[in-house]
Parts: sequence; structure tokens; C-alpha cells
Amino acid sequence: MRCEQLTEHLAAVAADGAELSDEAAQAHVESCLRCQAELAQYRKLLKALRTLRTEVLVPAPGLVTDILTNIEARGERSAMRSVIKGRKLAYVGGVTLAATAGGAAALLVLSRRKLRAAS
Amino acid sequence: MPDELAGLVDAARGGDQSAFEALVRATTADTYTLAFRLTGNEEDARDVVQETYLRAYKGIGKFRGDAQFSTWLYRITANCAANQLGRRKRHRHDDLADDAPIEDLSPDVDPSAQAEASNLRERLTVALDDLPPTLRSVVVLRDVYDLPHEAIAAELGISESAAKVRLHRARKQLRERLFRLPGEEVDARAV
Repeated sequence: MRCEQLTEHLAAVAADGAELSDEAAQAHVESCLRCQAELAQYRKLLKALRTLRTEVLVPAPGLVTDILTNIEARGERSAMRSVIKGRKLAYVGGVTLAATAGGAAALLVLSRRKLRAAS
Repeated sequence: MPDELAGLVDAARGGDQSAFEALVRATTADTYTLAFRLTGNEEDARDVVQETYLRAYKGIGKFRGDAQFSTWLYRITANCAANQLGRRKRHRHDDLADDAPIEDLSPDVDPSAQAEASNLRERLTVALDDLPPTLRSVVVLRDVYDLPHEAIAAELGISESAAKVRLHRARKQLRERLFRLPGEEVDARAV
């Protein structure tokens, strides 16, 4: 077994605390100083990466204000859109209502004329 | 999740605007830190944070609460950062391929200055910054923020197997950058 074949497994072993499933691989690592060193390095690397989680970078002042302003602006735009949408609906509804009323009136007039003509 | 944050999340889900504002104030630094680690620069990080909270604001009502709020926010941040980096990539066309050697942009720098960065954590931060963004995102989300492979793949828009391959490449490049094995060749540009 060659060291290069194991490198991916070594990183996973270091990360998840898993064991090498293959007996040959296990035996190789136990007798190979290079793989042992690589495993130790991965452990050290992953430990250092985990410590970064506790680090918090402080953003330049004004970011929170910018975020809240942005949300507010988006909220206002959204409200405007719903008002415009509401007006459009009212307009279309009005036109439809007027057309329907006009049609009904025309039908009424026509039917009365027919009645008069018949009498 | 601390009780105070959980209370704010519940209130915000119910439409309480001031609770959402309090959530923003409580989590901005943490979100910015992740955004900065993913994008590698302040300008992009600020844009990513703004977009993250806009999406969070729109989606807070759908947040089910079965995951931690911070994890939910990290996932949105990761997605926004991936989009931001995608836009940058389209504009600049200079993104490094996954396997490209890490290039030292200041080869003439004083070696003593490099020696100053002897602390492993500092060197790690520098090495992370030098990783191609596609690799950096995966290793930061998995090994620093402990997101599962599935979530990482979903937010970055890649397959789970691609995420795992990138993670291995990132870890390998970082290890080679920070440590040397006996007989291991290190690309001079990568040191």
C-alpha cells in the first residue's frame, strides 16, 4: 500500500475520529512514520480550524443601520407594490362592473322595445 | 440557542418588527465573520450580510425552528456568498481552478515578515485567504462552522460528492501550506 492512497482517508480519520476500515491500511499507518506524521498534521489543522469558530470579526460601524434601512426600504417598496396592485384590481373591477351594467341596461332597453313592438 | 435569542426568533416569526431588528443586532458580527471568511474581502462581505438579512426577513415566517436559528442564518449566508462569488467570477473571469497551485502574490516579500506570522492560527488565516473561493467555502462551512455535507452542497449548488472532493482538496492544500512532511515537495509559490 502506498502513502498517497491513504491521504484522503487520513484527513477523514482526523476530522471525524473514524477508524481506517481497511486492515491493510491500518497496518500501513502503524508502521509508516510519514502517514503518522500526516495524520497528526491533519489533526492539528482541524483543531486550528475549529478554533476559528470562536473568533468574531467586528464589521465597520454602520452595517446594522444599513441592514435595517435596506429592509425598511424593501418593505416600503413591497407596500407600494401592493397598493398599486390593489388600485389596478379596483380599476379593472370598476371597468368590468361598468361594462356589465351597460350590457344589462342595453338588454333591458332592447327587451322593452320588443315588448312594445309586440303589443 | 440561548433563550433570549429563541424568544426573539419566536416574536419575529409572529411578525414583530422590533424583535427582528434585535435579532439583526445580536447576530450581525457573527454573520459578517462568516461572510468575510467566505468572500475574503470586506466589500463583498457587507453586501452578503445585507442580502442575508433581507432574505431572512422575508423567510423568517417559514423558519420552522427545528434547526438552530444560527445554522439557518449560516445557510442563507453561504448561499448569498456563493451567488456573490459567482457574480464576481462572471465579471472578472480570474477565478482559480480547484487544482491551481496557490500563488504567492508578493514573492519578494521580506522573509522576516513571513516569519512573523509564525502563529499557526495566523498562518491558517492567511492560508485560508489564499485558497480558491470554491475550496475555501467548503472547508470553512464544514470544518469551522460544522455544517453537514448535505447542507453545504445544497447552499453552494453542487453535488454532495463534489463538496466532499473540494473539502479534501482544501484540507490537503492547507496541510501542505502549513506543514511539511519529510521528503514532501512544496511548491515554492505556495509557501
